[in-house]
Amino acid sequence: MSKRRVVVTGLGTINPLSNNVNDSWEKLTNGISGIDNITSFDTGNLPVTFAGEVKDFDANEYMGKQHARKLDRSAHLSIYATEQALLDAGFSTEERMGTNCGIVFGTGIGGIGATEDAVRVYDERGASRINPLAITQLMPNSSTGQVAIKFGIEGPSLTITTACAASANAVGEAKNMIENGIVDIVVAGGTESGTTPMTIGAFAQIRALSTKNDTPKEACSPFDKNRDGFVMAEGSTVLILESEESAKSRNAKIYGYVVGYGSTTDAHHITAPVEGGEGAVRAMDRALKDANLSVDDVDYINAHGTSTPANDRNETSAIKTLFGAKAYEIDISSTKSMTGHLLGGAGAFESMVCILSLQKGVIPPTINLNTKDEECDLNYTPNNAVNKDINIAMSNSFGFGGHNGVLVFSKS
Amino acid sequence: METNEVFEKVKGLFVEDLGIDESKVTMEAKLEEDLEIDSLGIVEVVMAFEDEFDIEIDDEELADVSTVGEAVKLLHSKI
Repeated sequence: MSKRRVVVTGLGTINPLSNNVNDSWEKLTNGISGIDNITSFDTGNLPVTFAGEVKDFDANEYMGKQHARKLDRSAHLSIYATEQALLDAGFSTEERMGTNCGIVFGTGIGGIGATEDAVRVYDERGASRINPLAITQLMPNSSTGQVAIKFGIEGPSLTITTACAASANAVGEAKNMIENGIVDIVVAGGTESGTTPMTIGAFAQIRALSTKNDTPKEACSPFDKNRDGFVMAEGSTVLILESEESAKSRNAKIYGYVVGYGSTTDAHHITAPVEGGEGAVRAMDRALKDANLSVDDVDYINAHGTSTPANDRNETSAIKTLFGAKAYEIDISSTKSMTGHLLGGAGAFESMVCILSLQKGVIPPTINLNTKDEECDLNYTPNNAVNKDINIAMSNSFGFGGHNGVLVFSKS
Repeated sequence: METNEVFEKVKGLFVEDLGIDESKVTMEAKLEEDLEIDSLGIVEVVMAFEDEFDIEIDDEELADVSTVGEAVKLLHSKI
């Protein structure tokens, strides 16, 4: 029996570049960075003082203070992005989505801001003063539950916490739900809001972050010889996945197709990729096989490209191992150079980038790529977008824990 | 403290701290139905009362409290 085809009918996003899809795309294709000095808290003596923060978003204004104060910021962003995506797909957000709609959300660290706040109160005022909403804010499935409540999503739900691969896995598992005929519609997305003092401090402790505090917009420089770490970012992106027949029956616009998904594990080290990126090779290979495509079919790879020395070197090796000589012909880019690392929200955001690249025929650039690294010698679309009619795009996401999630998208 | 002073303080907490619409906060308002304070929210409300009036409220004392007026009455009896 052939599998049902899965289409994308709606997109929504709130991220360091912008609070909507069209403006985010404009900025991505014009090479504009959303990274800047942190403004939401006093960075004090943190070794890193910049990040990709969401700007011009007031949750109290958006959903009312009585509702907003019950949720962690990661859930505010999730609801905001989901509302956009559902409206974009032609659904009314006044009606419940019902039992034929599922939800799969990814997050790396859930409501970490609420966790930090609750610990601070406990230390200062004791157990009897802990916010009674703390648990419901900090649990990683909080966004999944809150989005489901808000929009009446009554089908299956999953929360995936595979660190920086989380929302790539979310899109992949959502695709499987639809292919397998469990439901016709799935809200697939990711969220993260870990631009908080302890979390940035802790990532800095493991030397994962760029420390270019004087030049925040140039700090994230994937594949550049002088790259020195990733840049923390927050945001949420949601894709409405739907069976092709469901989308066609209601005359919904179709952005593109989710055709392949590969998930593997390094089983090697909790943070470092296996040298040569063998786990990533297997994930890309699985995703292509799932899509019934070969390496020759791939036009564009939206790389994981975090700007850490280890990721970019090993991802490059992995692409070369799987694609052989073809690796040098593929257009590759890391949009993290502009957004920073959305962690559990990255896979969904970069899925959106792939879908829009296919639809619009534009490959967004890797900005801040100025100094050649002999170990990173592929075509990473340096600094300027490229207009190119493409048919197949791949998105790579790799997470702490050794999780690899790869997605393949098709224009038709 | 007079009952109406307690009410004004309670109203202030509901509006400023919990973000509840001022026009909804009357003596007759039901906490759950009218002010949308659920079982989690009531714990917050109690914490806010305890801090504001420097008192302690036992769970049993809440058994008969379902309106703003009943909350005001309880608080008035404890301060």
